[in-house]
Amino acid sequence: MNARLDRRAFLAGVGALAVASPSVLAQAKPRVVVVGGGFGGASCARALAERGVAVTLVEADARYVACPFSNLVIHGSRGLDQQTFGFDGLRKVGVEVVHGRAANVDADARRVAFQDGTTLAYDRLVLAPGIDIRFDALPGYDAAAADVLPHAWKAGAQTALLRKQLEAMEDGGVVVMSVPANPYRCPPGPYERASLIAHYLKTHKPKSKLLVLDAKDAFSKQKLFMAAWAELYPNHLEWVPLASGGKTVEVDVRAKAVVTEFGRHAGAVVNVIPPQRAGVIAHAAGLADRSGWCPIDPVTFESRLRPNIHVIGDAAIAGAMPKSAFSANAQAKHCADVVAALLRGQAAPEPKLINTCYSLVAPDYGISVAGVYQPAKGILADVEGAGGVSPGSASRETRALEAVYADAWFRIATSSVYG
Amino acid sequence: MRGSWMVAAFALLFAASATCALAQSPPPGATACTGCHAGSDTALPSLKGRSAADIEAAMIAFKTGAREATLMDRIARGFTDSEIREMSRWLADGGAK
Repeated sequence: MNARLDRRAFLAGVGALAVASPSVLAQAKPRVVVVGGGFGGASCARALAERGVAVTLVEADARYVACPFSNLVIHGSRGLDQQTFGFDGLRKVGVEVVHGRAANVDADARRVAFQDGTTLAYDRLVLAPGIDIRFDALPGYDAAAADVLPHAWKAGAQTALLRKQLEAMEDGGVVVMSVPANPYRCPPGPYERASLIAHYLKTHKPKSKLLVLDAKDAFSKQKLFMAAWAELYPNHLEWVPLASGGKTVEVDVRAKAVVTEFGRHAGAVVNVIPPQRAGVIAHAAGLADRSGWCPIDPVTFESRLRPNIHVIGDAAIAGAMPKSAFSANAQAKHCADVVAALLRGQAAPEPKLINTCYSLVAPDYGISVAGVYQPAKGILADVEGAGGVSPGSASRETRALEAVYADAWFRIATSSVYG
Repeated sequence: MRGSWMVAAFALLFAASATCALAQSPPPGATACTGCHAGSDTALPSLKGRSAADIEAAMIAFKTGAREATLMDRIARGFTDSEIREMSRWLADGGAK
């Protein structure tokens, strides 16, 4: 039984199969399995196929809904359809796409186990499971609560729900947003969302206001965000940091209220962005440490806890690199080069990685943060002298240009991964 | 005689370049460029079809500040001149798509 037959049998729904004999496996063309069809996984699968590696991409959903730019859906200026991508483009470049929910990994037998009991053999595995919302972290906020008070931190139905609630809210209603402590997906994301909600309120519900309750005192691009808020939304956005009692300690779903260390804040619309951890499969497979995220080797992105498994994207502890789609995409291409080199019996290439995150403070007002990273002392560290945020003194023309670049990045990134 | 020698030489050359394309990792940093500079978008220009000299000159100008930028100056400062040269060669040699 070789890997390919096994896979066909799996697709035919035959069920659990015998463990492949290593001698037969060794003769077959090595197969890489990638779990997760987001910016990291889909990009890695595509890059592997382009490098001539036999690759299977495992993704639970038939279509992927992208998080970057989904704050514009909440703002009302973008459709969820513009965020949604299929996998036919990946099939066209030779990636085998399997839709199923991977539940666990047997690292010793080198097999991915699906929820329905079937398995899939691999020579190397790339795991890009993204995030899992921690429904055990805030008392009162479980999966059922998210149907009333959306997190909208995984794009899709949650994004549409938050948009619908904002639209239905009467002018004068208070919007409450709860923001978690680090680390979480997309560090500047809550502040872009706050900006765009404030923009929507200012232009459509001027008597309304957004209250941002934050478990932190400092955040990404803070000076730029706060200067823009003072200029654009002085009456529509109030940020409450940790030091002023911003940390959420409980959620009261029935009262639609967020309870902080200092008080209780009811809202007509409540957006709870809860604490997060690596995607579920990372925990089942023993790839996450006590932090809830996956420790990796900064050169190869191989798990520090299990052999022959690479972890990329939001789930990985990538040192100074933020949990962003751009980072995931850059890590994915590097990881594909690592896997291709290791399968050839060569040394893994050294990474030098880039991240760029644009945030929209208004639809025509963009700001950015960039970084360049390389391994140092066992982690991915910032290259000194590089990176940083947009200048505080930039003109409105430059801000408008960065909004145009943000939009261009999204179109290029999604078409080069899914197109 | 001469003809068959030519065929053999071409076959060798082809085999060598095919192996080369498969068996070499891109230089550090190079694959991240196409995260933005790919395809046909005009706002963020594609690197496809650009010469190594042009890409290298642009990166050096961003790095030194000779060329105005919104963001590329912050990225270019993260690379040594020799890294920029290697990346530019790779991108011009088919790495940019």
